[in-house]
This record gives sequence, C-alpha cells and structure tokens, in this order.
Amino acid sequence: MSEAQKSDPGLYDYLPYRSRPKIEWPEDKTCAVWIAPNLEFYELDPAVNPHRKSWAKPHPDVVGYSHRDHANRVSHWRMAEMMTKHGFPGSVSLSVALCDHIPEVVEDANQRGWEFFSHGIYNTRYSYGMDEAQERAIIEDSIATVERATGQRIRGWLAPALTHTPRTLDLLAEYGMDYTCDLYHDDQPTDVKVKSGQLTAIPYSLEVNDHYGFFIYNMSPREYADTLIRQYDRLAEEGAQSATVMCIPLHSYLIGQPHRIGPFEEVLEHIAADGRAWITRAGDIVDAFRKQTGGAS
Amino acid sequence: MSLDPSYLEYPKRGRGMDHDYYRYGSLFDRKPVQWPDDKKLLIWPVISLEYFPMVPKDNPFRAPGHMQTAYPDYRHYTAREYGTRIGIYRLLGAFEKVGIKVSVATNGVVAERYPQLIEDIISGGHEIIAHSTDMNGTIASGMDEADEKALIDGALSTLEKATGKRPRGWLSIARSQSFNTAKLLVEAGVEYMCDWANDELPYKFQTDAGPITNIPLNHELSDRQIINVQQQSIDSYAQQMTDAADWLLAEAGQYGGRMLPMHLTPYITGLPYRISSFEQLIAGFAERDDIGFARGETILDSWKAKQ
Repeated sequence: MSEAQKSDPGLYDYLPYRSRPKIEWPEDKTCAVWIAPNLEFYELDPAVNPHRKSWAKPHPDVVGYSHRDHANRVSHWRMAEMMTKHGFPGSVSLSVALCDHIPEVVEDANQRGWEFFSHGIYNTRYSYGMDEAQERAIIEDSIATVERATGQRIRGWLAPALTHTPRTLDLLAEYGMDYTCDLYHDDQPTDVKVKSGQLTAIPYSLEVNDHYGFFIYNMSPREYADTLIRQYDRLAEEGAQSATVMCIPLHSYLIGQPHRIGPFEEVLEHIAADGRAWITRAGDIVDAFRKQTGGAS
Repeated sequence: MSLDPSYLEYPKRGRGMDHDYYRYGSLFDRKPVQWPDDKKLLIWPVISLEYFPMVPKDNPFRAPGHMQTAYPDYRHYTAREYGTRIGIYRLLGAFEKVGIKVSVATNGVVAERYPQLIEDIISGGHEIIAHSTDMNGTIASGMDEADEKALIDGALSTLEKATGKRPRGWLSIARSQSFNTAKLLVEAGVEYMCDWANDELPYKFQTDAGPITNIPLNHELSDRQIINVQQQSIDSYAQQMTDAADWLLAEAGQYGGRMLPMHLTPYITGLPYRISSFEQLIAGFAERDDIGFARGETILDSWKAKQ
C-alpha cells in the first residue's frame, strides 16, 4: 500500500462495556436478532487480483465453485423458507451481480420483505489494490444494480470477501450508507469516525458465522446450533442492562445442507419462543440505535 | 495504486451462469422424481478404492490422503493399504449383511494389483465407477489435453479389461477437473460423472462433445470431510447422516424423490472401532420402507427414463 499505514486506524473511541448508557429496543426486548444471509455469486474463472487468489485450485476449482453454487440451486430456497416459517426476515449481504445472473433468488428475497446491502459485485472480486475511482465505481454499481433489481436503496456494506481499503468507510458515509458490517469490536452498535456524514457499525459476527462454525471450528451441525443458542441466551440476559445485538451470518450452501438445516431450525424455534428477542432487520436496528443516541458520537 | 481497468469489467455478467456447462434451475421447481419401488429417498453409497504409490506426484497436485513424510513413508503407504486389504471388506460386509449394492469408485491400478478384490466386488453385484489410474492421477487445468485424455482412457480400459464392462461413471480425484475433463469423459463413452457438488439430483451437463449427466456426490457428507477434516466421531457422522435422511424424506413428501450420497473411504470408516456404528446406521436405514439404496447407474437410468 502506498498510503501511510496506521497502527491504530482511529475507527472509534474506547467505550468500556461496564456502565454504558442504557440502550433499549422496542417493547423492552433485550437483544436485537438479525439474520444476514450471504446471497453470493462466485465466478468460475475470475480475473486475477494481485493481492489475493480467488480459488485454492487452478480454475475451474470444481469443489469450491460447485459447493457455492449449491446455494442458488438448492439451499437458498431451503433456508429462506425456514426463516419465513419462523418469522425471521433476512438482511442480505448481496453479491450484486446475482441480480443479473440469477434474479430468481434476489426476487425471492425481496418478496419475503428482506433488506439488501452490498457485498461487492462478485465474491471473487476484491477491493485490495483499488484506487479511489475504482472503489467509487463498485459502490455506485452496487447502489444502481440493487435499486434497479429490487427498488431498494442499499443502506449498508459488507466488503466483498471482507477486502477493504483504508478509504472504504469514508466513501460509504459519503454515499449516504448508514451501516457497515465489517467491524467486530462490540455487541452493540457504534458510530464510526468518518470524514463526512454518519456511519454506524452494526455487530455482524465472524465467531458465530456458519463459515467459522463449520470450517474454522469444525463443528458438527448440532454443536453449531448449540453455539448459537448459547450466544443468544447470554446476549439476551446481558441486554437487560443495555440492549445488545446478535447477528446470525449465514451462507445457505453451508447451513442449507440437508444434515444442517434440521438442527438449525431448533435455533430459530428457541429464539422465536424466548420472548426477549427483537427479531428484525439491520436497518431497523441502526434506526432504533440512532434515535436514542442522536448524531455521530 | 490501482488495479488494471479490466478488473472492473465483467464480460460474463448477465442472465444465467457464467459458463455454458449447465443451466440454472432451482431444485424446488423441477418435475418431481419418482424412484423405483416408490422409495422417497435413495441412498447412494460410493466407496473410494484407492492405491497410493509411495512416490507421490505433485503435478498437478498431491491427492488428499497421500504420502506426508520423507521417503520412505511406510506410515501412510501401509495405512492406505489397510483400506484395500481390510477396510474395504468390512464395508462390503456391512452392506452385504443388509443386501445393499453399492458403487465402488476404483483406481484402475487396483484392478491390476488386486484382481481378487475386484472379483469380489463384481460378484457381489456392486458397480465399478472409474476413479482415475492411481492416486497420482490427479487432473487440473494446466495439464496437457492429450495427457489428460490418455489418463482417462487408460483408467477406463484397465477397468474394462478387468471387469468385462466399461464403467459408466467417473469420479475425479478430489473431484478436480480441468476445463476439458467433462468433454473428454463424453468422448471416452462415460455417461455420468460425480464431481460437481452443486445439486442434490442428477442434472444435464453440456460439453463440446455432447451432454453428460452429473450425479452430485455431496463432498460435505463424506466420511473424509466429517471424520478426517472436521475431526468428528463416527457417531457424529451417523447422526449427521440420519439428520440429512430425515430432512430429505420430509422434503420428498412435498417435492418428489430425493437422494442422499454416502461417500466412504475404506481406511477411514473401515476401522474396527468405527465399523459397528456404521453397520448400525445402514441397518437402521435399511429397515425403513421409504428409504432405498441404489448404485449410481441405477439412479442414472431411473432419472433419465423420466426426463
């Protein structure tokens, strides 16, 4: 990187968990629960980014590609139906080119009342090494593509394959985005320091992301379900002091496999029946947070 | 710093897939599949029968399960041989006990080295799927097309010679293909391949030499993935297979027949401390009226007849 690198990126001020101002969710719910399905499109033979390889194997990486393609052919439909059945809307982390390739999946999510934010153009195109004009181009592409396909103006961003530049957050705020899912420092929303406008970091999660569960921690489906239930129970309990956020980030090609979807249903049943969960979408959480905390801190 | 402008060009961005191999289609929009004997769920056991030469080849890549230490790696060479001497017979025995015919994805070299084993597989009514030459016979882009063709033809011919029948199915090592593989399989007379894991029913795959059927062999539900990679127990494996079967049976009631691949490795599941749990698992499946077992070619014929 030619830009000066900072050892402290200066994203936010330190705020200890103890003695925080009380955040409250509607109807005295203690934990806002949102599900973030990653609806993605991966390219079979993508252009090469000099800073990161797309696939482990030479193209075509048949297992890597076809495993992910299972999402659009099979497991999205399985996962989406189950979320709707238990009253969970999605806040979609979207490879926006999916709108062009497989509009059926995007239309299905839109009809279910799900919200969309951008996860880049493809999950095989990375932001590393982009100049400002290039980064603006993918943001503008994202806004226009999703608006055309769904009528929704995207309000948030999860960097494509979690690839950033030091200017990404400032640009998101400049384009009027309200939230980023890329920062993992807290269980409550935080306003991030940006050059202009206001940008809120909403808790997403790598730790309870299904990809981490199954491919980093090597959990069985039932161990992962148990992990989500423990995560929820603790956050709902602590949220009585000051309300918390729990995100369940999913990839349907993982959670929607036939051996995993059954145990996952028990998680949704548990959270829906508990009574302390505000089951909602990312934008609603950011709105409720800002209503209580006002402008950028 | 900036990226080459072509990095923000997307020539394949448009309706459908970004290649011509197959068309997009949701599993839930298909004409319902009806399996023989009105079974709602067909379990498809596939045993990989592998020979690992003690001198590994890294071009195009070293196969999973291959040698790891400096030469001579007696440890891994013999532990893999345990699979073709002992483990395979435990697995075949487990299936034969409940009258189940399976597919055996076989390295061509195994047929030359262990003809008695091949005879036992054939006389048991099991199917041989071609699984390359030996575990040095990996395929990936970068490989010369003539070499790849020779590898595919060689594996098929060896197995045909040993069994009297040309295999109808193909499984690549680690499911790894080049852009030419499917075409070369069609040219070699192969009717179905098991490499692409993107679906849960057979589907048609196009090549320049004509179509081939892909029967997806779920790589996540393999003993290798669950037991070796994810380090779960055989009991967890059995639980996951049972959960999968239950889920698919429920779906079958609404959407038509479903299939559940069961990919096995003799040196993994065929160990003394694992085999009993596995026997209980398949005995439990075999007792259920709505579940059947099938070889790959049976699934292929049954699916094709209804298209």
